[in-house]
Amino acid sequence: MQRIGVFICWCGSNIAATVDVEKVAEVIKSEPGVVYSANYQYMCSENGQQLIKQAIKEHNLTGIVVGACSPRMHEATFRKAAEAAGLNPYMVEIANIREHCSWIHKDMDEATEKAVILVRTAIAKVKLNAPLTAGESPVVKRALVIGGGIAGIQAALDIADAGFEVDIVEKNATIGGRMAQIDKTFPTLDCSACILTPKMVDCAQHEKIDILSYSEVEDVKGFVGNFSVTIRRKARYVDETKCTGCKICMEKCPSKKGLNTFNMGLNTRPAIHIPFAQAIPNVAVIDAEQCIKFKTGKCGICQKFCGVGAIDYEQKDSFIERQYGAIVVATGFKPIELTAFNEYGYADNKDVITSLELERLMNAAGPTNGVLLRPSDGQHPKVITFIQCVGSRDTSGCGKPYCSKICCMYTAKHAMLIREKYPDTEVHVFYIDVRTPGKNYDEFYRRAVEQYGVDYIKGMVGKVYNENGKLMVQGSNLIDNEQITIESDLVVLAAAIEPEPSVRKIATLLTASIDTNNFLTESHAKLRPVESPTAGVYLAGVCQGPKDIPETVSQASACAAKVIGLLAKDKLKTNPCVATPDETMCNGCSQCANVCAYGAITYVEKEFRLGGGKTEIRRVASVNPAVCQGCGACTVTCPSGAMDLKGFSSKQIMSEVDAICKK
Amino acid sequence: MKDVELKMLERAKALLESGEVARVIGWKKGDFCHDPSPASFESVEELDSFVYDYFCGANLSKYLIQMSKKEGKTAVFLKPCDSYSFNQLVKEHRIKRENVYVIAVECLGKLDIEKIKAKGVSFVTGVEVQDKEVKVTTPYGEEVLSKPDVVLTKCATCNKTHQVKDEEIILHERPERDVNRFEEVEKLEAMTEDERFAYWRAQLSKCIRCNACRNVCPACSCVKCVFDNPASGIAAKANDDKFEEQLFHIIRAFHVAGRCTDCGECSRVCPQNIPLHLLNRKFIKDIDGLYGEYQAGETDEGKTPLTSYTEGDAEPNDVFKGEAK
Repeated sequence: MQRIGVFICWCGSNIAATVDVEKVAEVIKSEPGVVYSANYQYMCSENGQQLIKQAIKEHNLTGIVVGACSPRMHEATFRKAAEAAGLNPYMVEIANIREHCSWIHKDMDEATEKAVILVRTAIAKVKLNAPLTAGESPVVKRALVIGGGIAGIQAALDIADAGFEVDIVEKNATIGGRMAQIDKTFPTLDCSACILTPKMVDCAQHEKIDILSYSEVEDVKGFVGNFSVTIRRKARYVDETKCTGCKICMEKCPSKKGLNTFNMGLNTRPAIHIPFAQAIPNVAVIDAEQCIKFKTGKCGICQKFCGVGAIDYEQKDSFIERQYGAIVVATGFKPIELTAFNEYGYADNKDVITSLELERLMNAAGPTNGVLLRPSDGQHPKVITFIQCVGSRDTSGCGKPYCSKICCMYTAKHAMLIREKYPDTEVHVFYIDVRTPGKNYDEFYRRAVEQYGVDYIKGMVGKVYNENGKLMVQGSNLIDNEQITIESDLVVLAAAIEPEPSVRKIATLLTASIDTNNFLTESHAKLRPVESPTAGVYLAGVCQGPKDIPETVSQASACAAKVIGLLAKDKLKTNPCVATPDETMCNGCSQCANVCAYGAITYVEKEFRLGGGKTEIRRVASVNPAVCQGCGACTVTCPSGAMDLKGFSSKQIMSEVDAICKK
Repeated sequence: MKDVELKMLERAKALLESGEVARVIGWKKGDFCHDPSPASFESVEELDSFVYDYFCGANLSKYLIQMSKKEGKTAVFLKPCDSYSFNQLVKEHRIKRENVYVIAVECLGKLDIEKIKAKGVSFVTGVEVQDKEVKVTTPYGEEVLSKPDVVLTKCATCNKTHQVKDEEIILHERPERDVNRFEEVEKLEAMTEDERFAYWRAQLSKCIRCNACRNVCPACSCVKCVFDNPASGIAAKANDDKFEEQLFHIIRAFHVAGRCTDCGECSRVCPQNIPLHLLNRKFIKDIDGLYGEYQAGETDEGKTPLTSYTEGDAEPNDVFKGEAK
């Protein structure tokens, strides 16, 4: 006979203000199987837990239901309490009467009625619960970092310094990411490359770090502690082990008209190239779409001149499979496409550029060797107008609803640097708000205004048009309440940033959740900000939300701390809520294996008795409980209903539905 | 047709005589000319009752689930439409492929005796088919009917071709036909919700739950069917509704979605003439629209749209709204 105990939590006034907790506890007393029902101010408190433990012992409870907050908050707490009182922790069910009830209702009668139904539903389920025991799984002591920007580099270095192996998978030919493209960094104005490249070199030289550049994650299987990842090593047509980075091929290559993506397409580069001087690895790559050899079959000049015979036109994409205990996603960002913002004339005017393009124009290794010249005619621009929030904080649907966070500061930086280097240049900045929270940030912005005389205009720009070779920036000045037009030589757009689009595929492979703006979702916005809801997957940098370099580096180190904490363990407790087939009903049709994201299902041939002394060999599914993550995809795919999930059996779920529908 | 039948018989005899196969699955003569039934022939003598004519509409592939487990090889005659069911069953590991000898046979569309009777022609003793004409012999004389009027519903919109590879084929490539098998589905889609509900209510309330549709369906071949399993909790739900038997057919359609090859056997065997195949065709049409053209059973391997993921897959929201990409 089942002996169920029910514990209704007030959660202070969070639940009790909307739900009549005493009434819920009273009504539930008459439910069949319920032998004890209580309510208390804070069930999660030491006293509340004590109440549960005592009731389990005194009333010989076989299962308990706690009507409280989301199981994400305190399921573990109550399971531990039950276990301490001698009850199997999986004989505990949570009825979420806070998030699912009190927080979303106003009327007390309605909310109370619903709370009763939710508790009744949990009772229906717990009656069918069976005691479960967690198993153990080993931890592979190696981490994967996806993305080799500053976030990935920092995370990899910290993990490797703790003594664990790390692989960095970078889709480009070199690590470094966006930070490598930036000229100076706020608020200290130190040279970006000067602080980044030593870290890149550290990565390359670290005996625990393996850099897989020009590679992409192709497939991910497994689970926390035991991921199996297939990595595509894209054909770079240059043998990485032979190339010395001498650049003779770049000199000799006759096809020099490729857009230099590192310089944001502002100049050209040869088909065979090393992206920039400090690239890691310092190995060339051939752009097959541009290369004459690939297009016509003739040429082969780089191969002729390569002193070490590193050029290999026959190279094909190759695949490697490696095991990891933890995965850090650090896929970064890109500025948004500006096609939806015709009013700024970006597509039509060479001298309307983005801020990232300006970074390259101001960088000593950039297309103009660091001299600020406008792209159209190579002249010094005398009047420069910056436009902030291009596509950020945009509720029109053309851009992004969020604040890109870094633009206010880098625009102040650009304005200041230009005024410093070319004092005869007039600099205007159109802004909606200037946002400078951060250590020494507001002081930095004030220096731009007060010390460098940058003209900040509060207001938005309506349009930018070309008139007699001048860029006319028409906007409003809200402080003076007037429409103004500024005749400019160069217009710089602070384009919103968005997550690197490839993150969608990676999120899918990792079953990591993603929000409407393609930012990866953290497990808890405040308390677990660097963990993905998928166990063993961690988030660093802009893939999780807009942030600047200091924040990115902090987050990357936080990720590393989490990864180290995980890899330091030898074994992890596994979730006992795994799928299990009823072999007598299994067709062996493989549909469950097809939908299993973790590769947990295999097939075995088994002999079955048919009656009358006859037997039959059948192919039946077999689940590896150490690999199964209990997602339940197989159970709903199985046509005969042979597959079921422990702790969430079809029967339990149907009985919950029945309990909800019962009048 | 007669020459095809003779060739089949010849092959069946040779295979049994040589011992290459232990049995041949084909069709056996019935009491009348229009009711041949599927049969297993284990000796040359038994082949005396072998038949292959315009009434051999039954799909033989499902029998192979059990037959291929037996000792010795099983030869089977598959019509083009049956070959899809065969492939699908091989793909689902239900048929032991190595134990089967497939002979692909000609089909120019099979006749529906019910449709002939509906034309007022009874006591049929024989038929002869020439192009678009069916000459029906009865004790009262001959009647000439238009073939498209009296073929099985599943044959009316069929343009299936043989999909079984590396096997014996008994003659003929049938010219490809320009047919739209979704015409009826489109008509249903054009209805208002209320009209459609009324339509299916009228159709499904004719059901007598004889289970013939399930028993004949090659996709419905579970070791233990959920409707026969009291523990599944589904059997009761299939009956528990004022809209009689609606859930049985709807649950069944969901269970075979993505796996149904559109062989049309469900509607062929339904004694109440419920157009059950339209439920499955609606799924096929939706899958085509949401995930790209897909024909179950075209091959005996590879991924299926409902149990695999690609980046180009429709978003759940599109599926919900029923928007094809």
